[in-house]
Amino acid sequence: MATKETTHRSDTDPSHEDDGAVVFDELVRGGDVRSEPLWRIRLRLFRRSFAKNWGLYRESKMGIVGLVIIAFFGVMAVAHPILLSTVWDPVVYDPVSGYDAVVNEFTIVEDGAVVDELSEIELTQARFDLNPMVSVGDVVRIPVQPAPPSFEGENVHVLGTDPQGRDIFSQLLYGARAAFLLGFVAAFTTVFIATTVGSVAAYYGGRIDGFLMRTADLILLMPLLPLLIVMSAVVQINMVMLGIMIGVLLGFGGDAIVLKSQALSIKVKAYIDAARVAGGGDRHIIFRHIVPNVVPLSLLYMMFGVTTAIALEATLSFLGLLNIQMSWGIMINKASTEGYLLSGTSYWWLLFPAGLAVSFLAFGFFVVGRGMDEVINPRLRAR
Amino acid sequence: MFRFLGRRLLQMGFLFIIFLTIVWFLLQLMPGDITDTLIGDPSIPLSTRLELGERLGLNQPLYLQYWTYITNFFKGEMGVSFSRYPQDVSTILWEAIPRTLVLVLTATLLAYWMGFKSGKLIAWGRGGKTEQGFIVGGIFLQTVFYPWFAIVMLWTFGFFFGWFPIGRFIDVGLWQGSGLDATSVFVQLVFSSFIAVMVYAGARWFIKRTAGRLITQQRLERVAAAIVLIGLVAYWYFNPARTYVADIVWHTVLPVLTLGLVTFGAVMLITRTSMLETLGEDYILTARAKGLPKQAIRDRHAARNALLPVVTSFILAMGTVIGGAIITEQIFSWPGMGLLFLQGIIVSDIPLVTGALAITGVLTLFAHLVVDVVYTFLDPRIRIS
Repeated sequence: MATKETTHRSDTDPSHEDDGAVVFDELVRGGDVRSEPLWRIRLRLFRRSFAKNWGLYRESKMGIVGLVIIAFFGVMAVAHPILLSTVWDPVVYDPVSGYDAVVNEFTIVEDGAVVDELSEIELTQARFDLNPMVSVGDVVRIPVQPAPPSFEGENVHVLGTDPQGRDIFSQLLYGARAAFLLGFVAAFTTVFIATTVGSVAAYYGGRIDGFLMRTADLILLMPLLPLLIVMSAVVQINMVMLGIMIGVLLGFGGDAIVLKSQALSIKVKAYIDAARVAGGGDRHIIFRHIVPNVVPLSLLYMMFGVTTAIALEATLSFLGLLNIQMSWGIMINKASTEGYLLSGTSYWWLLFPAGLAVSFLAFGFFVVGRGMDEVINPRLRAR
Repeated sequence: MFRFLGRRLLQMGFLFIIFLTIVWFLLQLMPGDITDTLIGDPSIPLSTRLELGERLGLNQPLYLQYWTYITNFFKGEMGVSFSRYPQDVSTILWEAIPRTLVLVLTATLLAYWMGFKSGKLIAWGRGGKTEQGFIVGGIFLQTVFYPWFAIVMLWTFGFFFGWFPIGRFIDVGLWQGSGLDATSVFVQLVFSSFIAVMVYAGARWFIKRTAGRLITQQRLERVAAAIVLIGLVAYWYFNPARTYVADIVWHTVLPVLTLGLVTFGAVMLITRTSMLETLGEDYILTARAKGLPKQAIRDRHAARNALLPVVTSFILAMGTVIGGAIITEQIFSWPGMGLLFLQGIIVSDIPLVTGALAITGVLTLFAHLVVDVVYTFLDPRIRIS
């Protein structure tokens, strides 16, 4: 078992060196260099390495599960505006300003004999609230909020409504959109900052390296959540700003340190020297030669960055510290401020859809990150 | 060793001052101060507000305020809390620090201990349904939306089963009229547990030196752990404050369990990865070829080397643990530093928030130092001579 793993170490290297060799062979064999534009060669190289890495990635079952989860939430995010403009009436189904007074039927029972809170009401309370003439056994219609899931009637609420009469399912779909927006902003900021800082520090070395890496150490020292809580008290944070903040803090911290060591190993490759001899300036070498080779590794950290960003946003929204209209965290925050925090399973649609959505989307991105890790790091692979 | 420590301490001091400076100036950007909070009360005239601002030194230039704060901080004074007016920040924090420390330390140590053990085992018995189950569970624990998870835990065990109290640190009704101070009883409890842990560590060290075979060694260690545990329980059982101590422990279990479970998932996954890498090394093959017992290969050859990345991960996990502690304290109404910090942020109590963050910084740096020292002991290659 263990001996098999040792063989993996030498045989697969995810760099594109052998692809380059294939292209070189083709060129030597008489392929016309000038007739083929550079972008097509690049595209072919990219396709080839993609096919190889995809083959490796496909072996990890968890990675595929992660992609399916992300795709599922992606469909949810895309479905929301479409549903809102076709099937759903915005007055009722808008995630923030919608309202629907769901009317439910309640049976009146003796005082203290209530078994199911959602379909029975005490006699005294019914007389006090509704009509002093009602008696035990009558069926009354009362508007309720939060309403349980209903599939009949004028407006269908698949997951019920929240304490303010808004449709939970619509909020859930909208939350998926918000989470993807945040995730992408955070991920791209992370990759941009981390690759730039890592490459610059590795390329120049010396004082610039020292300064950037000490800053990275300092950022690594700061606990993320308390820092963001303080920031939320100083400025009004919206979704895009939060994404950029998380991206900067993640990208300039640990990720920059990891990518710097990767960039260092690229800096000593022969093609960097070749580029320099050919007259390439510093900026050209960093952005055309080092950064493109660091980016594949940074994609891995991008995935973990998305996981962190989604969890942090939901946590800050849960604490009510963000200036945003609706997200999964806000849904749980609403449930808690309206006093349904410990309602558990009797008001399950308030807590469980949003909580599980945050958990599963973060799970999906994390698992994809692990799958990519297995592509990059051969020793982690199953066989 | 001492030169290394000295240099580290110097570096830490420097880093801490930078950290404190950033935190201080960041918090000065927070809109409003104590006098703005009083505007809401129309019975307080403007002159009183101005006078209060002057008395607290809020009208001084910023750099003077900063200098006063820094110099006072190193004298151990962190100013007066705005929201709990006459109380000192240091007094408030001093009461909260042990509670947070116990919550975080117990959860982290338990999680690392259990996580390392189970990670080791699932890496060893690779490729089975159990492993898959543990991995999925571990990833779920690591990525679960923590506040929601804590709510579900609190509801399940506190409300549905009713095994544990719903939040808070003590049952106030029980303590009323007992004449005991919860904080001092708690500190005694922590101190006795600390001594027990120290005794156990000493016994382990002694066993490791004297006992020869691994199997006997592990058995002896288990016996030592049992003796220490029985001794600790017996000490508190015959103590007059035993019901009160039991009350504190009973309140502690659920928050520690919740925070610990989440950390456990991460530690287990890291240990598994690191163990798999170690199992691929040539010296493991050598050990197998020599015909050593499997347990010895696993525990002595592989696990000891797999421990290094796990210890390193502790530094990175620290930020998560601190964040987790804030959420845990918020949901379980656990009166520690995280709760103080959150309440301070909401009412703009700048001195309290600065103090809480500064203490967090000190503790984080200290944990870094401990990890560094442990690391040098674990890895002879980087041992400082």
